[in-house]
Amino acid sequence: MRKILLTFCCVLSLCFLAFAQGHEGHDHSHDGHSHSTEAHDSHGTHGCFEEGSHEFNPGNTAFHHISDQNVFSIGPWQLPLPCILYAKDSGKWDFFSSGKFHPDGHGVGEFAYNKYVLFEGMVHRVKDAGFPDGHIELGHHMVQEVEVEGEKKVYVCYEGEKYEALYKSTADGGLFGGGVTNFFDFSLTKNVISMFVVFLLLGWMFIRIANMYKKREGQAPKGIQSLIEPVFIFIQDEVAKPFLGHKWEVYLPYLMALFFSILGLNLFGQIPFLGNANVTGNLAFTAVLAIFTFLVVNLSGNKHYWEHTLWMPGVPAWLKLFILTPVEILGLFIKPLTLMLRLFANITAGHMVLVIFVGLIFVFAQGNWGGVLGTSVGSGLLTIFMMSIELLVAFIQAFVFTILTASYIGAATEEAHH
Amino acid sequence: MIYLAKFTPILPDFGLLFWTVIFFGLFWFLIGKFAFGPIRDALKKREGDIQDALDEAKKAREEMANLKAENEKILMEAREERTKILREAKEAKETIVNEAKTKAKEEAQRIVTNAKNEIENQKTAALIDVKNQAGMMALSIAEKIIKKQLAGDSEQEKYANSLIDEIKLN
Repeated sequence: MRKILLTFCCVLSLCFLAFAQGHEGHDHSHDGHSHSTEAHDSHGTHGCFEEGSHEFNPGNTAFHHISDQNVFSIGPWQLPLPCILYAKDSGKWDFFSSGKFHPDGHGVGEFAYNKYVLFEGMVHRVKDAGFPDGHIELGHHMVQEVEVEGEKKVYVCYEGEKYEALYKSTADGGLFGGGVTNFFDFSLTKNVISMFVVFLLLGWMFIRIANMYKKREGQAPKGIQSLIEPVFIFIQDEVAKPFLGHKWEVYLPYLMALFFSILGLNLFGQIPFLGNANVTGNLAFTAVLAIFTFLVVNLSGNKHYWEHTLWMPGVPAWLKLFILTPVEILGLFIKPLTLMLRLFANITAGHMVLVIFVGLIFVFAQGNWGGVLGTSVGSGLLTIFMMSIELLVAFIQAFVFTILTASYIGAATEEAHH
Repeated sequence: MIYLAKFTPILPDFGLLFWTVIFFGLFWFLIGKFAFGPIRDALKKREGDIQDALDEAKKAREEMANLKAENEKILMEAREERTKILREAKEAKETIVNEAKTKAKEEAQRIVTNAKNEIENQKTAALIDVKNQAGMMALSIAEKIIKKQLAGDSEQEKYANSLIDEIKLN
């Protein structure tokens, strides 16, 4: 066992080593490029941006890695994805492949298309109406993020002019720094594609298992059937039955769909070097699950539940009016909100910590081989430790979301017993 | 200059919201209907079947135990019956043998008595016969002597002797 672990550590360290070298090589090419931009400068086509330091920032890298993107990056490749965009200003739909942006190794597009540009894998739209439509060549590193008065803004440099580009519209209403901007993005992003792949795999697997139960009736489970059956029965007997009583059968498909989709996506995001899609760590995904749970809970709430929520019997009226009922009504919304935030925070934090641990190599190993070797081994061990924990978290969070949903449904459908 | 990029995962964008509703809704509906439901039902049915099989096995075991006890009882009874029959047979045998013995003794007694009577009778008859014959002989001798006497003395004597010899021979 110890031998296997040691070998695994070595292999992982070597991978990081190779990565570190690759990154250095990349930096060199950056340097080479900055020389060429200087050459460009003399032509007067460049110069919108100040030369910032190209120092590696693990926090930024982590943010970049956990974000949803319009390209699917596997290793050095940026696989283009279909873009479905709606421009609010012109009211026009655009359908095209993100390959049109010609993304570089960091997902920064070297072309603009109909006022859309690609920054760190994410589509942005130029705010200024004066920016030309159509397929326009910008050049290398012509889309950059600049801090203006404490606010980060993305700028596009085109023919010596700086144009501000906005991030897509988000549904947080400005609460987390988003809001409705000048376009809506309905693209099949990395998260959407990952979700599609995982749901397809899960669906195929479960249909197969269901057929096996039909075909092999009266026989002992076999193969994939016996792999999933203990998990299925665990959720059924430990989550659905204790919380839902005799109504467990009705809600079981929902609980199973929740558990297996969260677990599947958590695990899919854990696979190294396969995009590491952060679907369950995206607030949009967890919000949808929370809304579904909110609807299922409150639509199946019985008289007893609503009575206890809105007008608790056996409590003085003033207490109900001023304290109990407002708190209970708040509770209706806080429950799914905590579900949403818990899953989002756990998975996002896990992904970030992993990226930052790998990033330690680039922070501490600046060029010399000893440092590279030492930090590779050190962060390799840390990463293995974190990945093991993340594997556990993948199961725990799927389980927690499911069991809390079951308990909320159970509370809403509980029969009165006075 | 170190600054942090935009933290986008916390911004729920409309595209991902839309696609998640579609995909998760479809997954819930389709897989719930065609996989989770059937698996739930199959597992429930199997659970019922297993419980039934266990119950039946328990019942069969109890029945077996009952049957065994009954068999044991029957065997016991049969054994007792056999012992009883054997004992009765023995008794019957003894009675029969004793009866037969008594009868045989009685018969033998009777035969012996009969034989004795017969012998007595025969003896009596024989004695009577002997007496008769002796009488006859004596008469005939006496007759013959008388006849001889009438012929001469020596001659009579001789004759008388020869007659006596004759009697001896008899």
